[in-house]
Amino acid sequence: MSTLLTIEELTKDYGSTTAVDHLSLSVKKGEIVGLLGANGAGKTTLMQMILGLLTPTSGEIILFGESFHKHRVKHLKRMNFTSTYSNLPSNLTVEQNLKFFAQIYAVKDAKRKIDSLLQEFEIADHRKSITGNLSSGESTRLNLCKALLNDPELLLLDEPTASLDPDIADKVRTKVRQVADEKGITMLYTSHNMKDIETICDRLIFIHKGRIVTQGNPAKIVKQFERGSLEEVFIHLARDGEIVEETDNP
Amino acid sequence: MNLNVIFALTRRYLYLYTRNPVRMIELIFWPSVELLVMGFLTVFIQKSSGSDFGSFIRFLLGAVIFWDVLFRSQQAVAISFLEDVWTRNLLNIFVAPVRTYEYLFATFCVGLLRVGLTVFILTLLAWLVYAFNLFEFEWSLIPYFANLMIFGWSLGMISTALILRWGQAAEGLAWAVPYLLQPFSAVFYPVSILPTVFQFIAWLLPSTYVFEGMRAGLAEGSMNYTYFGLSVLANLVFMVISGLIFAQTMKAARQKGLLTRIATQ
Ligand SMILES: Nc1ncnc2c1ncn2[C@@H]1O[C@H](COP(=O)(O)OP(=O)(O)OP(=O)(O)O)[C@@H](O)[C@H]1O
Ligand SMILES: [Mg+2]
Repeated sequence: MSTLLTIEELTKDYGSTTAVDHLSLSVKKGEIVGLLGANGAGKTTLMQMILGLLTPTSGEIILFGESFHKHRVKHLKRMNFTSTYSNLPSNLTVEQNLKFFAQIYAVKDAKRKIDSLLQEFEIADHRKSITGNLSSGESTRLNLCKALLNDPELLLLDEPTASLDPDIADKVRTKVRQVADEKGITMLYTSHNMKDIETICDRLIFIHKGRIVTQGNPAKIVKQFERGSLEEVFIHLARDGEIVEETDNP
Repeated sequence: MNLNVIFALTRRYLYLYTRNPVRMIELIFWPSVELLVMGFLTVFIQKSSGSDFGSFIRFLLGAVIFWDVLFRSQQAVAISFLEDVWTRNLLNIFVAPVRTYEYLFATFCVGLLRVGLTVFILTLLAWLVYAFNLFEFEWSLIPYFANLMIFGWSLGMISTALILRWGQAAEGLAWAVPYLLQPFSAVFYPVSILPTVFQFIAWLLPSTYVFEGMRAGLAEGSMNYTYFGLSVLANLVFMVISGLIFAQTMKAARQKGLLTRIATQ
């Protein structure tokens, strides 16, 4: 499989704080990578540099074989993003919002695309609802519809399930995995929910203070650290996150 | 430049206006109140002084309407940006294939439409209540209005840059920026009334030339081309300066993480 995203020595300093510290990684086409790490580890900062919301202090992002910095708008057409901290305008209807983004992303046959996404995420009944009236589960699903509108090749999700109850969270993560498999979407996914990472991700990357501490297949990592669960590994690494030999770099 | 993107953004801002009744009221209510207060004040002064105040009411009503062109256009640019902040949609826009100038251009279009609506309402009101006919200006209205609207765009970009730089705490500035310049713009009185230092500042602003030109136009019944030319020139300078300020602020925002901060606070 070919490489879709390569990050080389990426660094982001905020004054004296180093949020991302000479981080390098590469992601293959179709791979689903989970970013795990304590609060403030640098996951959001990393994603936002890949999205062009933040300019790196140093380092390089190569997307689709080209420098992201030089082809930002061209690349943004082929990617998408959603998170718990972004929303679609609350005073418009679900349909108006999706139509708007379909037009921005120049989606072909937008009506059909919107219909099928609303069906897929089981919110077709809310087509005419005011977005602000949706429950957080519904609005998360709507955000995902927006994020999938342009059939992104690269999808970045920053804690998409953070405000969901366990049942809805489970449905959402299953759906996301299913859609990603069907369409061969490459995905970067952050979550503090270990279940999310275990269910969705082919590979997890553990970040501590802006650096990769370990990475690999979730199940193998649990074994490698001789812990009972991913959560225990998380606590261990978050508390004393020394750099560990990267044994399982696929 | 992608016209589809600009069209989509503009249409969405219009949706926001029509979906939110408070926005609509703001569009109609404030300018009308201002016009009525100014109008009745002049009528009162006119009656109590007993002198011939006939031209003053025309100057003042003209000034209120002209001022609103500048103000509404500035507001459209700044408020459109704030709408995206308020609805937590800003990041969705900035991770979409939207170029900064396309985004700005859409807010300019919203400005144009807002100005159109306000002018329509005020013209009608001034005509019904005070028998003031804005169309006395005939075709010269268009260059006057265009200059004020474009200056409003410049001020809108500066206000947006301030909000981006200092966060939502600076929201008040979105309203304050035009009023900061109002005393110097000779809106309700001629530049000659101002102290010399203020006069110097006044002649740097495109708006001053429009208001002076408006009064000259009302008094002489013809358009003053010198004022018009100077206004266009000053406008060009302001457009370039505020465009650079905006671009520089966007660059700084991407370096300091301001986009995320303002979008999530
Ligand atoms: N705009 C900013 N200005 C200054 N420091 C920042 C800014 N944004 C983030 N930081 C700092 O950078 C570090 C990384 O933050 P980041 O948001 O990337 O962490 P995270 O891994 O996403 O955490 P969380 O799990 O809480 O979402 C933190 O120390 C944070 O305080
Ligand atoms: Mg985060």
